Amino acid sequence: MSAEPTPIPADLPADFLADVDRTVSHYPVSMRSASLPLLHLWQERFGYISDPAVKWIANRLGLQPINVLELVTFYPMFRRHAVGKFHIRVCRTLSCALGGGYELFEILREQIGAQGDGHGVAVSPDGRFSIEFVECLAACGTAPVMMVNDDFYEQVNSPTKASEVLAHYKGKE
Amino acid sequence: MAATEKRMILRFVDEPGYTNDIECYLRHGGYEQLRKAVGMQSADIINEVKASGLRGRGGAGFGCGLKWSFIPPTNTKPVYLICNADESEPGTFKDRQIIHRDPHQLIEGMTIACFANRAHLAYIYIRGEFPEGARILERALDEARSKNFLGKNILGTGFDCEIYVHRGAGAYICGEETGLIESLEGKRPYPRIKPPYFPAVLGLYMSPTIVNNVETLCHVKHILSMGGAEYAKLGKPNNTGTRIIGVSGDVKNTGYYEFEVGALTLGELIYDVCGGIRNGNSLKAVIPGGSSSKILKAGEVYRIKQKGPDGAMVDRDLRLEDIPMDFDTMAAVGSMAGSGGVIVMDHKRDMVDCLQNLNEFYAHESCGQCTPCREGSLWMKKITTRLVHGEGRAGDVATLKSVADNIAGRTVCAFGEACSWPTQSFLAKFKDEFEAKAKAGVAI
Ligand SMILES: Cc1cc2nc3c(=O)[nH]c(=O)nc-3n(C[C@H](O)[C@H](O)[C@H](O)COP(=O)(O)O)c2cc1C
Ligand code: SF4
Ligand code: FES
Repeated sequence: MSAEPTPIPADLPADFLADVDRTVSHYPVSMRSASLPLLHLWQERFGYISDPAVKWIANRLGLQPINVLELVTFYPMFRRHAVGKFHIRVCRTLSCALGGGYELFEILREQIGAQGDGHGVAVSPDGRFSIEFVECLAACGTAPVMMVNDDFYEQVNSPTKASEVLAHYKGKE
Repeated sequence: MAATEKRMILRFVDEPGYTNDIECYLRHGGYEQLRKAVGMQSADIINEVKASGLRGRGGAGFGCGLKWSFIPPTNTKPVYLICNADESEPGTFKDRQIIHRDPHQLIEGMTIACFANRAHLAYIYIRGEFPEGARILERALDEARSKNFLGKNILGTGFDCEIYVHRGAGAYICGEETGLIESLEGKRPYPRIKPPYFPAVLGLYMSPTIVNNVETLCHVKHILSMGGAEYAKLGKPNNTGTRIIGVSGDVKNTGYYEFEVGALTLGELIYDVCGGIRNGNSLKAVIPGGSSSKILKAGEVYRIKQKGPDGAMVDRDLRLEDIPMDFDTMAAVGSMAGSGGVIVMDHKRDMVDCLQNLNEFYAHESCGQCTPCREGSLWMKKITTRLVHGEGRAGDVATLKSVADNIAGRTVCAFGEACSWPTQSFLAKFKDEFEAKAKAGVAI
């Protein structure tokens, strides 16, 4: 395993542990079912899934680390490395492509100064923004669509609209 | 003259002032059907659903009541219900509207379905890219619990039922019901082989499990409200009820609409409802039921068998514009109504580009378990990519076809069909465009 080591805080925050316990309680039949939810909780809190994260989750659920790692390597949303503070996802699939999704990707990529063609994550030089193509986001009627972290933006069909979306985050801490 | 919309599932979502909290839902008659359901015999509810003729809205169009009756009568294991909210089929954006704007309709439908199938634990498997949808559902579930529509001893009837939200993490294959079940068990979402793993017999935790789409489960509430026989009068025989149609691509008014099944033709949808093709262009092709459904070409004649006035089967020739949008006719013209996601392409669109886009999707999403699917989806992508880049080779069109023909029917799950149908149908309908690109490549 090669991800950069993140320290697991020796004491995980109490509210995080409470979230974990509550989440696990949703799976009365098999704790293993809580693997994906715990990976989400971890990534939301700490940014990506480090080696210690894999071990901690496995341990919490009574699994082997490989049971958790094989999920991280399969499911596209889980990351082994940090991405930008603001992570942009642009829909690549047909309806959005017909509505200008590739053009949107290029505009955004250029504006944040990242390199790449959308395959894999590209990060801006200052590390604040990152961008990737994703597959159909289920909003095809308002193409092209994109997300910044959890926020959703539809019909981002002009350079002006794309800049407006970015401007909202550029000023943010 | 196009049929007018018949909004049942989407009845309130665009109404000014309609909000997704429980108080608003209750003001609009919410949870009345659950009250009614918990006073009925579960078998009677299943019979109503059977009588309604409701077919699944997730893609396959399988009879909902029939599916529910597959749980073995001798079963002693716990039964689970799963709502498939993975909504990942390109072109499909209907479940999102329900989840975001009328989550209690889904929860009511699910709770009734749980009661009917004697399930006490249910999950909503929602795709990871719907973080807001997941939060809305969590809040709605809390509200329903606080009013005792969920939890222990629901409405004092002794019926216990819990529903939890489970988020996926970006893999399309989790929409396939057995892949979904593996995922919900905390594993890689490798679909299971059927038989023996029919969910209604051996599903979640090897127990009988009902998996239904979001929209399907919402219909259950309306079936109970109207009665199955009355519901069956909506739409057409064997194609009953209403359904949500999402239109994207090259029409003026993209969006979601709800109609009685088969009440309008593709032409009425495109020209009357969606205002026609945008930018003054003309219609070239339609993918009628999500990206996996076979493409239909404008200008072609589709021959179907239909019952004539005297009851005998007669041939009928349909132009693309005249095809009614019901399950059976869409199948008869060689495609499918699928998930109700209609993607329209105008005459300026390059069909090789469009297929390349879809092939990239399928190559990315194959779970990799079966060699024909894993390798084939990648080969199809590679070939269409080099055609797009002007690097085609003489035999490419034949190779592409042979790869597609060797996937469908040779895999664990229906993704095999889903990924080969676009290539097969694009090649069948637009072979000249592919040949031209292959030749152009060779010449360079
Ligand atoms: C590759 C693949 C992807 C699928 N994706 C979805 C999906 O995103 N949502 C959905 O409801 N059904 C999806 N299905 C269909 C499900 O397997 C299943 O048939 C459906 O959830 C049953 O619900 P219904 O009978 O209510 O339609 C998919 C099927 C396949 C083969
Ligand atoms: S057909 Fe494809 S997606 Fe389905 S199980 Fe096989 S490899 Fe996986
Ligand atoms: S194709 Fe982009 S949201 Fe569906």
